Amino acid sequence: MNSRTVTLTIDGRSLTAPAGATIWEAARSAGIDIPTLCHDPKLEPVAVCRVCVVDVENARTLPAACIRKVEEGMAVRTDTDRVRRARRTLVELLEAGQPPGDDRRKAADQDELARLGVQLRSDPSRYVAACSNPPMPPDLSSPVIAVDLNACILCDRCIRACDDVQVNDVIGRTGKGSETRIAFDNGLPLGESSCVSCGECVATCPTGALTDKRLVDSAANGPDAVPNGSGTRRVDSICPYCGVGCGISYHVRNGRIEGVTGRDDTHTEGRLCVKGRYGYDYTHHPQRLTKPLVRREDAYPKRPLSADFEDYRDFRRSLRSPEWNDRIREVFREAEWDEALDLAARRLLEIKNTLGPGALAGFGSAKVTNEEAYLFQKLIRVVFGTNNVDHCTRLCHASSVAALTEAIGSGAVSNAFQEVLETDVIFVIGSNTEDNHPVAASYMKQAVDRGAKMIVLDPRRPTIADHATRYVRFKPGTDIALLNGLMHVILREGLQDRDFIARRTERFETLEPFLARYTPEMASRITGVPPSVIEDVALEFGRVERAMIFWGMGISQHVNGTDNARALISLCLMTGNIGRRGTGLHPLRGQNNVQGASDVGLIPRYYPGYQSADDPEVRARFEEAWGTALDPDSGLTVVEIMHGALDGSIAGMLMMGENPFLSDPNMNKVRKALQQLSFLVVQDVFLTETAEFADVILPASTAAEKRGTYVNTNRMVQIGRQAIEPPGEARLDGDILIDLANRMIRMEQGESGPRWAYDGPESVWEEIVGLTPIFEGITYAAMERDTVVWPMEEPVLFTGSFPLGRGRFTPVSFAPPDELPDHAYPFVLNTGRVLEHWHTGTMTRRARALDAISPEPFVEMTPGDLARLGVEDGCPVAVSSRRGAITLKAMASSRVADGNVFIPLHFKEAAANILTNDALDPDGKIPEFKFCAVAVKPVPSSD
Amino acid sequence: MAAPLEILTAPLPAETDPGDIDAYMAGGGYGAVRKALKSMSQTELIEEINASGIKGRGGAGFSTGMKWNLCADRFPRYLCANADESEPGSFKDRHLLEAKPHQIIEGMIITSYALGINLGYIYIRGEFFQIIDQMEAALEDARKHGFLGADILGTGYDLELYVHPGAGAYICGEETGLIESLEGNRPYPRLKPPFFPAAIGLWGQPTIVNNVETMAQIATIVDMGAEAYKQIGSEDDTTGPRLFGLCGHVKKPGIYEYDSDVTLRELIYDAAGGIRDDNRLKGVIPGGISAPILTPEEIDTPMGFGALGKLGSMGGTGGIIVMDETTSMVDALLNASSFAAHESCGQCTPCREGVPWMNDILRRIRNGQGRDEDLDLLLDICKQIHGHTVCVFGQAPGVWPVRTILVKYWPEFRACIERKELVVPPLEESYLRPDQYEHIPPVPGNFRLKTEEADAAG
Ligand SMILES: Cc1cc2nc3c(=O)[nH]c(=O)nc-3n(C[C@H](O)[C@H](O)[C@H](O)COP(=O)(O)O)c2cc1C
Ligand code: SF4
Ligand code: SF4
Ligand code: SF4
Ligand code: FES
Repeated sequence: MNSRTVTLTIDGRSLTAPAGATIWEAARSAGIDIPTLCHDPKLEPVAVCRVCVVDVENARTLPAACIRKVEEGMAVRTDTDRVRRARRTLVELLEAGQPPGDDRRKAADQDELARLGVQLRSDPSRYVAACSNPPMPPDLSSPVIAVDLNACILCDRCIRACDDVQVNDVIGRTGKGSETRIAFDNGLPLGESSCVSCGECVATCPTGALTDKRLVDSAANGPDAVPNGSGTRRVDSICPYCGVGCGISYHVRNGRIEGVTGRDDTHTEGRLCVKGRYGYDYTHHPQRLTKPLVRREDAYPKRPLSADFEDYRDFRRSLRSPEWNDRIREVFREAEWDEALDLAARRLLEIKNTLGPGALAGFGSAKVTNEEAYLFQKLIRVVFGTNNVDHCTRLCHASSVAALTEAIGSGAVSNAFQEVLETDVIFVIGSNTEDNHPVAASYMKQAVDRGAKMIVLDPRRPTIADHATRYVRFKPGTDIALLNGLMHVILREGLQDRDFIARRTERFETLEPFLARYTPEMASRITGVPPSVIEDVALEFGRVERAMIFWGMGISQHVNGTDNARALISLCLMTGNIGRRGTGLHPLRGQNNVQGASDVGLIPRYYPGYQSADDPEVRARFEEAWGTALDPDSGLTVVEIMHGALDGSIAGMLMMGENPFLSDPNMNKVRKALQQLSFLVVQDVFLTETAEFADVILPASTAAEKRGTYVNTNRMVQIGRQAIEPPGEARLDGDILIDLANRMIRMEQGESGPRWAYDGPESVWEEIVGLTPIFEGITYAAMERDTVVWPMEEPVLFTGSFPLGRGRFTPVSFAPPDELPDHAYPFVLNTGRVLEHWHTGTMTRRARALDAISPEPFVEMTPGDLARLGVEDGCPVAVSSRRGAITLKAMASSRVADGNVFIPLHFKEAAANILTNDALDPDGKIPEFKFCAVAVKPVPSSD
Repeated sequence: MAAPLEILTAPLPAETDPGDIDAYMAGGGYGAVRKALKSMSQTELIEEINASGIKGRGGAGFSTGMKWNLCADRFPRYLCANADESEPGSFKDRHLLEAKPHQIIEGMIITSYALGINLGYIYIRGEFFQIIDQMEAALEDARKHGFLGADILGTGYDLELYVHPGAGAYICGEETGLIESLEGNRPYPRLKPPFFPAAIGLWGQPTIVNNVETMAQIATIVDMGAEAYKQIGSEDDTTGPRLFGLCGHVKKPGIYEYDSDVTLRELIYDAAGGIRDDNRLKGVIPGGISAPILTPEEIDTPMGFGALGKLGSMGGTGGIIVMDETTSMVDALLNASSFAAHESCGQCTPCREGVPWMNDILRRIRNGQGRDEDLDLLLDICKQIHGHTVCVFGQAPGVWPVRTILVKYWPEFRACIERKELVVPPLEESYLRPDQYEHIPPVPGNFRLKTEEADAAG
């Protein structure tokens, strides 16, 4: 007998099961079904419902199969009379307490209790009339989750889903005996609790006590809403929002998405956040562009359409108002595709011919598929004839990538975030992980629950700090002093990994003397962190076997963002925390496909696969492959292109799915730049603030409407599948790009020119793989089979060496941010995101649930600062910088420190980027979104 | 006739406060600690306890020596003295806590020393707030006298003991519920098997949970020696002195100390002076509300755990509830069942749903709305709860009182249903004689009517 398996019989069948398996698992693998209510294979068993009881020979009682481990020689019967009666009684007792006939749920086959009742032929009427407690009223306070405690069977699945899987710790139990209830926080209505609406509890609830609110709230949703799974078609895809890349299933009926669920068979194990689960309906929003638009002759000079929508209440109304459409019609007229595309092609070529290819530029998007991003950069490089192609990666991790490329030769994330479950210390700096990468954060929190340490360092206390073993607040913009201080202590204590430094790195000798002056006391004076804390953190980090470093925009979006990243890389290299599982450098990627878009060349200086456009040999190879001469000059980056538009050197642009009007710093300047362009084509799904300045608008499609691949923050390449058709005449982005390319080529070269012809995304992918060694071996077929990372089969990078050979230390000195607070602008402004919204809100603000949870802009300030200004929590304030001013609601919060304010960037009616500073990091060319000086003034109330 | 004992109930010198450590020491108190720590090895102590034959006084009557032997060989280990006494009809722990706090502390010190424990808790029912204060003061005094803290009596042995107030629920007394409560969680019992506290207990470490009376008895054993201790009572059933708490319809309710050979009849009629108004006895619950009831024909039993077990009842907590012929057994059972419905912790379905449903059905019967099928339904629910729950609560006090009172007083329940009102029939007509029902071993409280179909119970 193998000691790792045991042999037992179940229902007379002899079988072997791994030691440590439960009876339920052993039975299931043999195809024997034991009913369960409180068990969900994703959760730790608690064995409270007892419907899975089985008869074990010679046992006095009936053990619960979901938790009892198999034993050698055990004889189990799963379906004896005794067992069946026990189960039936339980189901009857539960059913007798249920609210009468919730037929909709039962019909939908969603109710595991009802299903079990049918199966066991239960007769709950045996118990009726014994008592009748008045039913509890439903709790409809959450915008997305309806709670009916009458239907709750206290299986605790929601509790474990919330506390153990997503680690939000919202749900617990209260009361005892028959008064036992599940409760949110300390018995609050769900909508007032700390619930973050991830919906993990709804996904596991077996009875519908927790359901999608759309099902019970027909007022908001029409009577048609149906639960997932009944009469719907399931399409497996990838969440369109963030770089975590959660696997989702769309549930589609009559061409509409009726719901989204998580896919258990993907790397995120079915977990989702509120955006992924409830943010899908933007795709059906009535404001979708369905027909090409061309600017009317009399609508020049260009003005923003929405100038008079600055009051936020009006903006929300505009999302539904018919007047908005009238206003669009005054400026744009509908056109046929032929006309719009010909016009675009002709005008772009005119600019190319008169001012040269360098006067053209393109902004692609990190939201589109790899195939579309590839076609876009190819269009710009091959047909426009310029390397002026970039996308919003510039605004997030360009500095991180610059530092990583310089230090180790690759900008890619080295280890998957799931490896936090194997590490000792999770070091999180400048990342609001719970809001921006919620599902990745759930793994971090789980790791802490299982004993890992987590050190969170951030000037603004992110919610993930609530789960950290240590939170360190430091003064904004002083990251380098802090990191240098930590490294100083590590060296002083001899905690560096000498062997790793000797074998795998170079130039350590430049770092060592340099750090000498960054004593904890000196670092403390700059950062405001007590010297003893700097020492403790350094020891905690330096002493462990394995540590993982995560960072976000708090590191990268500074004028010294690249230096910040260099310091982090040095910290990692000197402690040897790379090249093994549970270690590594992880700049958390923002957009769902920001990794992929960069991978396929949507950045000016690199062709697909990070092959340098400045290298003549590489260029020759791509000229050969693409059949044309390529621009030898380095292209411009996002902010440089905007500057070019301002000074007239950029005259024509194509924008696909980007909204620089809201996303770029110093909005007033961007507005001017967009106005200045002589020709702007915008390809998007909504009429964005940027599109208001367009000459031609091409209606494109959302993620749910297309097929293609995306690369997540772990370098995992995944297939997104088409669930629905694009509305009206909207077309797939790839098709639009191919069509535009072919028209421009025909206009330039006549019918004899080459033609772009692709047979769907697979054929584009084949072309990419042929040109891009990092994707070698990755095919659609492979991705259909399993999760795939690039490079194939290397979830952990740099195990033996770095692409540069040795990792390189670069000492960096602390330098203050570009614009420091002064008398006139005494506060420091930090910007960022909230959980419910994405980027410029184009999609999320049009998702009903997300808008309901987070409807309006706010500025976070400490209660002390508010009191000093004489402003009450919730009252409007005016926030101004040297570049502009906005008015919005003040929100008292201790997440920021005194003297600091925080504004989310999503809200155009009070756009943070009116205030931000467009000073750039010299290497990454990333603007300093995270620091500028502002003034805050009370606004006298109007009544 | 059995004679009362004065071992655990030995009076302190007159006019002294039971918490007064000097008075306690003047009477030989803390002698056992001295003896154990200074002259006995850990192995010797454990052997002594084994030899004494002592059974735990918390209710289950589990051999204390065996429990200690099962303690996993991992450190740190913890001790929890269980003083959450909440079983209706039980008040002997309260008496001991009030009268002999130092003897309990002594037992805890000896137990800790024997098992290499350096940290222990005494978990006292939250409502006993005076006792909690008194115990804290007693611990402080013991500390001052060098019986607690570092290097106790110069032996190099360290021990800290703390009081933990109970969280206000009956289930906090269940040993794993108690451990969860100590850890700061809801007192939801843990699933056993696989892990008993002696293997994986408080903070995941081996933990010994013993009743406070058991603790006090440990001091007694060391004091008098196992040899003398096991002469008390009978070695083939239950050794050592017992505290019996008599309550209900007796003339002199109170705590009485005897050995286990005393009979129930002697306790009721001799110790407690007989039934009030010289009424006739109708039924007696011999060890806390969970213990299956005995009818007048069954009271000549000795009080050993084994003897009561043979009758399908149990020794339990030694809390004896006496009911005379005027008692409505329907009311009595409804009362017990209401307690169970209120105190079910609510964790697992059979108990949380089943126990309140039984309570509802009983209330209906009591209110004259019983249906013919209700008694069978009750027995069926009993059977489906029994053995299917996470902890023992589901059966005791969930099922056993219902099952036994119902079966033994079947005619009275039938009368209530038939007459559609609460009736107390004449004593002779209210219960069945032992040959009319059958006790199915080995589980206490497993009864069925002789007339029942074989598969309707069991
Ligand atoms: C529902 C329930 C409640 C209990 N309450 C108590 C209690 O209040 N006090 C007590 O000593 N034991 C109580 N017990 C028994 C304990 O679980 C445990 O067996 C006992 O404390 C062990 O002590 P002993 O071995 O010294 O008897 C309870 C058991 C159950 C199932
Ligand atoms: S709400 Fe649903 S998942 Fe939560 S305990 Fe109740 S039935 Fe179970
Ligand atoms: S974590 Fe990111 S990928 Fe996952 S559901 Fe949320 S937004 Fe989508
Ligand atoms: S049997 Fe009752 S008391 Fe014990 S765990 Fe289950 S619900 Fe709680
Ligand atoms: S499924 Fe096993 S006890 Fe609930």
